[in-house]
Amino acid sequence: MATTETNAPTLNADKNQQPQPIHPARHNGRWSGYRHLLWARILELKREPEVVFWVFIFPLLLAAGLGIAFRNKPADITSVVVIDGAGAQKTLAMLDHPDKSSRAHSPARSNVRATVLDRDAALKAFHFGKFDLAIESNPDGSYTYYYDPARPESVLSRAEIDAALQSAAGRKDALTTSAQSSSEPGSRYIDFLIPGLLGMNLMNSGMWGVGFALVEMRQRKLLKRFVATPMRRSDFLLALTSSRLVLMVIEVGLLLGFGVLVFHMRVQGSIVSIILLATLGAVTFGGVGLLTACRAQKIETVSGLINVVMMPMWIFSGVFFSYERFPQIVQPAIKALPLTALNDALRAIILQGETLSSQAGRVIILAVWGGLSFVTAVRLEVEENQLVSVFGEIGILFDGLKGA
Amino acid sequence: MGSPIECTNLRKTYDGKVEAVRGLSLRIEAGECFGLLGPNGAGKTTTIEILEGLLAPTSGEVRIFGHTWNDNPRQLREWIGISLQETRLSEKLNVRETIELFASFYSEPCSTADILEELQLTEKSDAWVGKLSGGQKQRLAVATALVGNPRILFLDEPTTGLDPQSRRQLWDIIRVFQKKGGTVLLTTHYMDEAERLCDRLAIVDHGQIIAEGTPSDLIDRLGGHHVVEFQVSKNGDADNDNLDNDNLDRWRSLPSVESVRREDSSVCLSVREPHLTIPALLDAVTSHGQQLEHLSTRQASLEDVFVLLTGRHLRED
Repeated sequence: MATTETNAPTLNADKNQQPQPIHPARHNGRWSGYRHLLWARILELKREPEVVFWVFIFPLLLAAGLGIAFRNKPADITSVVVIDGAGAQKTLAMLDHPDKSSRAHSPARSNVRATVLDRDAALKAFHFGKFDLAIESNPDGSYTYYYDPARPESVLSRAEIDAALQSAAGRKDALTTSAQSSSEPGSRYIDFLIPGLLGMNLMNSGMWGVGFALVEMRQRKLLKRFVATPMRRSDFLLALTSSRLVLMVIEVGLLLGFGVLVFHMRVQGSIVSIILLATLGAVTFGGVGLLTACRAQKIETVSGLINVVMMPMWIFSGVFFSYERFPQIVQPAIKALPLTALNDALRAIILQGETLSSQAGRVIILAVWGGLSFVTAVRLEVEENQLVSVFGEIGILFDGLKGA
Repeated sequence: MGSPIECTNLRKTYDGKVEAVRGLSLRIEAGECFGLLGPNGAGKTTTIEILEGLLAPTSGEVRIFGHTWNDNPRQLREWIGISLQETRLSEKLNVRETIELFASFYSEPCSTADILEELQLTEKSDAWVGKLSGGQKQRLAVATALVGNPRILFLDEPTTGLDPQSRRQLWDIIRVFQKKGGTVLLTTHYMDEAERLCDRLAIVDHGQIIAEGTPSDLIDRLGGHHVVEFQVSKNGDADNDNLDNDNLDRWRSLPSVESVRREDSSVCLSVREPHLTIPALLDAVTSHGQQLEHLSTRQASLEDVFVLLTGRHLRED
């Protein structure tokens, strides 16, 4: 690294003459400590297989698993079972038959997957949810539909099949309609999921990477050992934060790259906006992590605290499903959570191509959470750890402000 | 410039209750190796951490080269190297990376290669810290203290838990530092360490210095430099009568005896000239119809000084 070796004055045996360098010295610049702290942190993370797995691999596995599970059964394919009997083949033919009478080729028809089974097997499979609808043609030429009103796809399937059969049987539509099919980018589940996972990952690694790391170093007395050197404590915090940001860029790149390559996701907004927002998210959760860690002296304590802080956000902040499902009355509280703000802003930028400035409200929510957490953490930590506080000069500054 | 380390009337009270340090004053001269010797819980670590500027004293003053910790803490930290009683350095960094990291905090550190060489860690320079033996870890801890080119080295129990060979290696490293003009302050509860390594020491008990001086000065306080330890019995049974205080006087009157104390079922005599005492002792035992069970003589140690001063052994508690 950028250290230069110089020959120092030869050592002086006169004990009373103070302070002469004892060894040939080299000179370190202002940022030498910061650079080494950052590099050491990155080396440590790289050498910790668990970190590599939880930060990089796990979100990809989650995205892959959920993406595949929800892709194999898109909502627009209707799977129906036709009960074997006299009219079964005719029914199949009617479902399969191109609609000559209709002015437009019905999109519904081509999306029907029909299977013929005997009555018992068909109803059993329907009850187990393998099919959305069971169709039985009666001897008198009428049809009976078996459907489940509690399952939206079953209700939809009934309407589609009914329309298909009716029009194949010659029903004329009384009204002329035309449909414009519109497939909004980002309307699939995977498109919803990936920004959510990104937000969740930024929260996880901010909380663990800052909060947990700090307490671990405190418990090992490593923090005290660092504080016993001329290390600038602001450099230490800066290195911890920058190592988070380096990880953040990799996390964002991997997840978005994975979405684009594997799931053909389209990123609508600018990459710069996404990185800026992710940086804010990482820093905010770093601040929340600091606050969580500031009083904890043991890793067991901080692990519990981190989970307590994160749990509500996993559930309420719209990582895996939309928070609109929660009652209206709690919506304002949910929207005030930092992860909700981050997820919403990420989705707006990634999926709808919004600009960062259009997300000002959410950006402010994040900044307030981060700022307040940091300020509170400084107060509590300095009070708890006094001379060996990780904030050092910042803490002294705060004390000065308090006194003023 | 003032003495490397000076403190006056240090007091530290935890939570307003526990008095860990109770009015301790010290002055350590340049080039000196000074030891704080005392049992566990005597307040040694609290004292050294106050001197290192890691703990604020409840009252009292600390000066490092004439500066207080409020003057310019970063400059003071450039001058001192510290090894804490227990630090678990990052296990996933190797030895060289760890030393480089610590070197980077100082404005004029030593070269990493020199430090590796000096602390006999060159062979291990690419080994992860987690894979080092206890002795190697402790040498690395001292290496991180020395790499900043300190004028003062603070070592808190540097050899606790180490095997004899590792302890000797560390002693050599400390002597080399001292020879180059460095000042050392160390805490220990091993009296042999204090005796061999320290130019001067302070015996600390219950947060106070109970004796201070060179090891030989302190041993001189016993009056004799030799200890004669023996046990007597009557007809094969330990004769406890002879351990009564009254009977101890009997032994005090023997030639060349400076002081007498009881230790378990034995009697310990501090003696100036054992060759005068022992024949008289044998006569006295025989004339009382007793038998001598054990007899040993040894050089008096700091342990004997501590026992004399406190009535307890260093390693009790």
